[in-house]
Amino acid sequence: MGLEGKVSAGTLYDKVWDMHRVAELPGGSTQLFIGLHLIHEVTSPQAFAALRELGLGVRHPELTVATVDHIVPTTSQVRPFADSLAEEMLSTLEGNCAEHGITLHGLGSGRQGIVHVIAPELGLSQPGMTVACGDSHTSTHGAFGAIAFGIGTSQVRDVLATQSLAMNKLKVRRILVEGRLQPGVFAKDLILHVIRSLGVKGGVGYAYEFAGSCIDALSMEERMTLCNMAIEGGARCGYVNPDATTFAYIKGRPFAPEGMAWDQAVAWWSALASGPDAVFDDEVRFDAGTIAPTVTWGITPGQGIGVDETVPTPEQMAAEERPIAEEAYRYMDLAPGTPILGLPVDVCFIGSCTNGRLSDLRAAAAVARGRQVAAGIKAFVVPGSEQVAALARAEGLDRLFQEAGFEWREPGCSMCLAMNPDRLEGRQISASSSNRNFKGRQGSASGRTLLMSPAMVAAAAVNGHVSDVRELLENPCAFASAPAETRPVAMSPSLMP
Amino acid sequence: MSDSPLPFGPIPVLQGRVVVVSGDDIDTDRIIPARYLKCVTFEGLAQGAFADDRIELKGSHPFDRPEHQGASILVVNRNFGCGSSREHAPQALMRWGIRAVVGESFAEIFFGNCLALGIPCLSGDHATILALQQAALCEPDTHFRLDLATAEIHSQASGAADSAQRWRLELAAGPRQMLLSGQWNATGQLLSHEEELVRTAAGLPYLAGFALV
Repeated sequence: MGLEGKVSAGTLYDKVWDMHRVAELPGGSTQLFIGLHLIHEVTSPQAFAALRELGLGVRHPELTVATVDHIVPTTSQVRPFADSLAEEMLSTLEGNCAEHGITLHGLGSGRQGIVHVIAPELGLSQPGMTVACGDSHTSTHGAFGAIAFGIGTSQVRDVLATQSLAMNKLKVRRILVEGRLQPGVFAKDLILHVIRSLGVKGGVGYAYEFAGSCIDALSMEERMTLCNMAIEGGARCGYVNPDATTFAYIKGRPFAPEGMAWDQAVAWWSALASGPDAVFDDEVRFDAGTIAPTVTWGITPGQGIGVDETVPTPEQMAAEERPIAEEAYRYMDLAPGTPILGLPVDVCFIGSCTNGRLSDLRAAAAVARGRQVAAGIKAFVVPGSEQVAALARAEGLDRLFQEAGFEWREPGCSMCLAMNPDRLEGRQISASSSNRNFKGRQGSASGRTLLMSPAMVAAAAVNGHVSDVRELLENPCAFASAPAETRPVAMSPSLMP
Repeated sequence: MSDSPLPFGPIPVLQGRVVVVSGDDIDTDRIIPARYLKCVTFEGLAQGAFADDRIELKGSHPFDRPEHQGASILVVNRNFGCGSSREHAPQALMRWGIRAVVGESFAEIFFGNCLALGIPCLSGDHATILALQQAALCEPDTHFRLDLATAEIHSQASGAADSAQRWRLELAAGPRQMLLSGQWNATGQLLSHEEELVRTAAGLPYLAGFALV
């Protein structure tokens, strides 16, 4: 019997859940084994301290992988950091990893970066795994056909101690997306459209399975963008069934299986996909061809509109959406009926675990090429990882951006959540390729965020206001053809295991 | 801020005054802004609770109003705790003095983070929550009793003996049982399944170099 014979029927979620089930717990939840535990400096120190208090060790340090991302400065990364609190967090992580024998992909290792960028690019994230991390955007790894979800620090403690978690099984909603995204429309626009349609709490209690011809045609990096923001729609997990695109991405990466194991792995991975017999708790359909470049106008990721639409009026929305919309009109200082196109911006940020990968940088560069950042606009590019930075430099993207007036920074989470020095000032408005437009999210209590794709951010940067990227693309059809998948070609042999 | 002991053991009943924080989709960045996450312990997080909203409201935020000091039951609206998975959010609320949260609905990770700290999150329908909020706002001195076994909250009449009210809430059987039995901290249970943990790991192809046949 081959590996595929070990896989049960149902959705991918059901199959992966069943294989990782350790025990049923008295409270009715399930003890679930965690195959890959990613940790970083913000949500792990208290978990290690709790372990110490309980006299426990790390059960599977070899299944635990660390990096530093949230607090790192993106200008000078010379140690010690100017911010002593940031320095203390990193040195605490270093100490904890050394004490427990956990691999830390630290600054300058060639492998450091945003945790949800590095685990895929190192080949750590694989189909059929359960992946947990003290970070809500862990849903990103679902792009590989893994069941991946964010956890709190008490749960980080539990995974460190037992490599397992008390979890309740989710329902599965299939989100079928048929057709093709139009030129200038990206995975970011698709997920903003889905969240706009289903709401920010529409996914609570669900895992989102993204399927259909549009999803089949997406690259792995696009699938990561999509799954990354499932949580913004309330769904703790988002996933895509593994296919040839998935396998081609993983092959040859540092932690990918090799030789005989590779063939066995592909056989097992292939059998994990939701079968024709799979029963979904719910299904929603979208037509990819009708989706426009999408921009958020408000203070939740569900408050998105097509770039050619106007800020919705209370009459246009369901009664229960009105209170938060009223709050958003006031905070954003945007009246109902205002066109979003042409809205002036102050800061343009390209980066984050949503859109800080090479294909994102290429898409933004295609817009920035030969143009200049508008006067008075601060625009900066923060690669998602050291590897993304190296690959981008090898293509000359760093120079291209700098010549266009963008700052080129070191990798990290940066102004997505402003735990480092990168932040908005006062009531500045940012065009941002990140994932959250919450009040105060980008470091100023009155700062305002417009979420959009990296190409749309670049368009806003060169025009100084929200723009329709489709008008800036000379040959949008050629541009939109699927870019070659990012390969780790620029990794030096010394970085390979 | 509270100096009452942190949750411990079985939690059948919680009693205290209510503080209302109104609004839908209050995310964990609002509950505690990211700059307060620059720490290696959870101690001292109380001051970060709703920090930006409190600065903006210059003393009139519910967490700053004198009549709500010492309140232990937080009543909120829809989709409370959405966004970031930061446990710093319930930690900040807990260290301010909150021992239970009641609202229309909660984000999943926030709900789980609260449960792991022994802080129940109970939900009620729109009308129930509005009525409860109204009652608490009219009489901020009123003491409430939250009974986890029945998932009910009722006001405990102080002066006017006829004013006691009761509201029906919901708490799923699993979390309710964990709180009632004192087993809301899962670590002990997880540690007790050594054999099953070994067996589950042994059955995972990716932990065996995909060599299983």
